[in-house]
Amino acid sequence: MTALLEVNAISVTFDGFRAINNLSFAVDDSELRAIIGPNGAGKTTFMDIVTGKTRPDTGTVIWGDRAINLLKLSEAQIARAGVGRKFQRPTVFEDQTVAENLMLALKAPRSPFAVLGWRAAAKDRARVAELAAQVGLRDALARKSGELSHGQKQWLEIGMLLAQEPRLLLVDEPAAGMTLAEREATTALLVDLAKTRAVVVVEHDMEFVRRLNCKVTVLHEGSVLAEGTLDHVTRNQQVIDVYLGR
Amino acid sequence: MTRSFLARNPSVLIFLAALALFTVTVTILAEGFGIGLVSTSFVKVLGKTLCLCLVAIAMDLIWGYAGVLSLGHMAFFALGGYLIGMWLMYARTEEIVIASLAGQALPVTPEEIRIGIGTQIFGVVGGSEIPWVWGLAHSLTAQLMLVILVPGLLATIFGWLAFRSRVTGVYLSILTQAMTLALALYLFQNDSGLRGNNGLSGLQNLPGLDAVPQATLSLWFFWASAFALGGGYVIVAVIVSGKFGSVIRAIRDDEARVRFLGYSVEGYKLFLFTVTAIIAAIAGALYYPQAGIINPAELAPIASIYLAVWVAIGGRGRLYGAVIGAALVSLLSSWFTGGRAPSIDLGFYTINWVDWWSVALGAGFVAVTLFAPKGIGGLFDLYAGRKVPDRHGADLGPDNGSLQEKEAVK
Repeated sequence: MTALLEVNAISVTFDGFRAINNLSFAVDDSELRAIIGPNGAGKTTFMDIVTGKTRPDTGTVIWGDRAINLLKLSEAQIARAGVGRKFQRPTVFEDQTVAENLMLALKAPRSPFAVLGWRAAAKDRARVAELAAQVGLRDALARKSGELSHGQKQWLEIGMLLAQEPRLLLVDEPAAGMTLAEREATTALLVDLAKTRAVVVVEHDMEFVRRLNCKVTVLHEGSVLAEGTLDHVTRNQQVIDVYLGR
Repeated sequence: MTRSFLARNPSVLIFLAALALFTVTVTILAEGFGIGLVSTSFVKVLGKTLCLCLVAIAMDLIWGYAGVLSLGHMAFFALGGYLIGMWLMYARTEEIVIASLAGQALPVTPEEIRIGIGTQIFGVVGGSEIPWVWGLAHSLTAQLMLVILVPGLLATIFGWLAFRSRVTGVYLSILTQAMTLALALYLFQNDSGLRGNNGLSGLQNLPGLDAVPQATLSLWFFWASAFALGGGYVIVAVIVSGKFGSVIRAIRDDEARVRFLGYSVEGYKLFLFTVTAIIAAIAGALYYPQAGIINPAELAPIASIYLAVWVAIGGRGRLYGAVIGAALVSLLSSWFTGGRAPSIDLGFYTINWVDWWSVALGAGFVAVTLFAPKGIGGLFDLYAGRKVPDRHGADLGPDNGSLQEKEAVK
């Protein structure tokens, strides 16, 4: 089985600081993967590179069955290719309703002319209602998303990601600012999603990663320090030294 | 959600009704119709105001909805005026030249007519050659097409260069100011072929229609302006409703996030920049025949800033706000700066409005920005009882179970 996403020997330097150093990494189809590492290990920079926000100095990022080089594409093209991203802070369009937010994210042609002529069909509205129900916002469809609580915004953003139907989902610290019950629901959702697509979770919280019960990659100073099950990496002496020991 | 466009946007119908009522009232009271309560020159002022309202709608679309503060749209407006003005001036001069040569013994050759037109139009800048830019000026159809094509193409090229480099915010505003200034300086040159600082004049006379009095002509242009405004309003209202409107408002609020949803933000901005430039050019092509004259001073950077001021005072992000702002402020401006507003005698100093109007307008702009960011259009929210709780940008409550907005606002 070939990898869905293959990151080969990327390096990136910001003003002399090497944020990513010769990083290689691969994710398979329908795989759940957690990335952990101390602050400044390059976790968010890695996501920025995959989603096209940051250009690396060297290396390649190969995507999908047709082996497209993602580094040649813009953010929007990468998103259309099937990479979805969930930010650390919930970013929804606060001035628009929950339904409008979901409708924006719904998989459909994205060019200005296509959108200009696009009208929501019955099945699109049904899909939006279904997604809203899935993330517990069924009664909030007509409300402006700015009125939602922090947790609800997180869920709305997850709903928007689902609407995009990405093949790879990059999730940045999903548990941040969530209550215990919400964390459990999030865990269940991520595990469930990984059955049909690849999910990469960047997380600080060890307990959360343990519950995901998946392969873990430890980043340190911009490169992979260890990879394997959580138990395997937590026994690694280097990992203990740089991360767990502190 | 399945209701018709008009049912979802009742303001469109109200606006069209108000515009129709206004047009009919002015027509009945106009000199051209017989009653004469409204003078021909005032009909022209009102017709020009409708054109300004149209360009304000374009400005609202690109700034109020998509958040791109372009300070160069009056350049497209003036460009539209120049392009229609070229035909008006050429065709009318041609008539005059033919009439004056008619008495000669020998039949007039096309070459003689050409030289006659060249001398008539370009004598003022010391030439008689007809520059290449006037190549299509004999054809109304061609110039009408150019009214759309030239500003559309300029906006496409400029927008492509600017948006592709991700120029945003105040840098884009400065760049658009530079564009309008550069265009004005170019047109000021005599050898740019558009009569330098003299500009084009006599545009109020329609070629071949000498028999029609200005009182009637002014009404024709007034109707055309009203029709264009109504059509422009509906088109822009359709653009900003539905998913397209949702995307551009999202771009205004967080364009990086929109990119990660897979929308090409640059493509949307370029589309809007071009569409609004074309609307501005059409408005200009209707405005300048009513003004009668156009010169490069019309492209001064300040004109585009005024446009932004109108939209801000009227209320960004709502089309009727832009119309109200443009109409009110431009009419007040011409009243105050026309010397008709009574001066205020303070005893020690007399406030002469011709000098002080800019100061008053500036103060008004600052006051609206600080105290009523929704502008005059915000008053309609008060009427409709639509209020927003003052959350200072924060969530109403920390989490689930806290007081929700709809409970807090009764």
